[in-house]
Amino acid sequence: MTPTAHPDAVIEVHRLVKRFGTKMVLRQLEFSVSRGQFVALLGPNGAGKTTLLRILATLSRPTLGEVRVAGFHLPQQAPSVRRMLGVVSHLPLLYGDLSAEDNLRFYARLYDLPSINERVTAVLELVGLASRRRDQVRTYSRGMQQRLAIGRAVLHDPVILLLDEPHTGLDQDASQMLDETLRQVVSGGCTVVMASHDLSRALDLANRFDIIGRGQIIASVTRDHIPNGDLLGYYREVTHA
Amino acid sequence: MRENTRFWRSMLAITWKDLALEWRSREILTAMLVFALLVIFIFNYALELTPQTRSEVTAGVLWVTFAFAGTLGLNRSLSVEKDRGCLDGLLLAPVDRSAIYLGKTLANLIFMLVVAAIVLPIYSLLYNTNLFLPGLALVILLGAIGYVAVGTLLSSMAVQARTRDMLLPVLLFPIAIPILLAAVKASSGFLQALPFEEISPWLNLLVVYDVIFISVSFMVFEFVVEE
Repeated sequence: MTPTAHPDAVIEVHRLVKRFGTKMVLRQLEFSVSRGQFVALLGPNGAGKTTLLRILATLSRPTLGEVRVAGFHLPQQAPSVRRMLGVVSHLPLLYGDLSAEDNLRFYARLYDLPSINERVTAVLELVGLASRRRDQVRTYSRGMQQRLAIGRAVLHDPVILLLDEPHTGLDQDASQMLDETLRQVVSGGCTVVMASHDLSRALDLANRFDIIGRGQIIASVTRDHIPNGDLLGYYREVTHA
Repeated sequence: MRENTRFWRSMLAITWKDLALEWRSREILTAMLVFALLVIFIFNYALELTPQTRSEVTAGVLWVTFAFAGTLGLNRSLSVEKDRGCLDGLLLAPVDRSAIYLGKTLANLIFMLVVAAIVLPIYSLLYNTNLFLPGLALVILLGAIGYVAVGTLLSSMAVQARTRDMLLPVLLFPIAIPILLAAVKASSGFLQALPFEEISPWLNLLVVYDVIFISVSFMVFEFVVEE
């Protein structure tokens, strides 16, 4: 199958349903993201944020519905999509007993990157860990591990970045450093979808806010159209409706 | 051609990563070796063997040791991937799922053969039995291939469960019975110096089971690791 021609939407989801046994987590969900947008997915626990991200990341199959990422259909064209995705979750997806350099080199081999050493060095500098490149990852602080996780996610220069609660377990300073790293990474025009509970962090980073509840997108607003500029008030109003 | 090269390179990268991790942590081999040595020590004291009965029970003791030690290694090998989300990291990479399966299987096979290479001389000393037989080495290789082929698949299933440490042996041993039975019979044949014609049916059975287990696991691994 060839990619479908759709010039602007990088992610398109129509009538998406996901069931785990008898439990329906996503119900006829509609969602789309344009190229270069930074979308924050907000919602209470169990709303379906992580499930949606895992489907977009090709880690989970939709039960019903249509999902297209970068023009490729999921799950049929998942291998083509994987090359275009970078994923950061609250887990680092890194081997604690390997050094930062070895972790990145391993993933670079899996992505079949050319000039591995140069790329690994560039990414370590990007996330500010070049001086600790030979240290085992388990000796890193949680904040450093998350920065390295971002480095792993952008190693192959993805066009879409999926972030699932990347600030979980980070203190204020570490969160700020993570945000700075993220801003640097997305300044290149990457499309980002970030699931988060942290509204202030989402407001700092994103330019569109989608609120998910009961397995559907129940509200969507761009930064310029938040009523009274109060995202928290808007979120409360929508989720309690 | 390029896809083929990529497949084998990805597979070897995964095996190499597992070996590098083990070199740094020494968790899997230490656990397997300590367990295997304890088992052969316990059997050494529990069974008062005459030189005649020794060759009859050796095959059984060896394969009980390999099977249980192998289960420890298989569990740990997949736990490492699950604990920090690394299994997702592997699944997110644009590599064939079968390359992930074969890479992990090859690493597990190497761990099992290293344990066998250390256990055999110690067993020979303790039980005063010559285990340096090319035929026995062949049986251990064939038996280990079948055991880790199905074990790697089942441990990637079990690792998703909270009770993974208990679940793997419960799933693995019933399925691995034909492999273990054929391996014990073939090993026993070589240790008792039986004619090759009597041993060859068990060797053939081992080869057939290896092919079946590798082929089936190769095909279903993708569905086992995905939600």
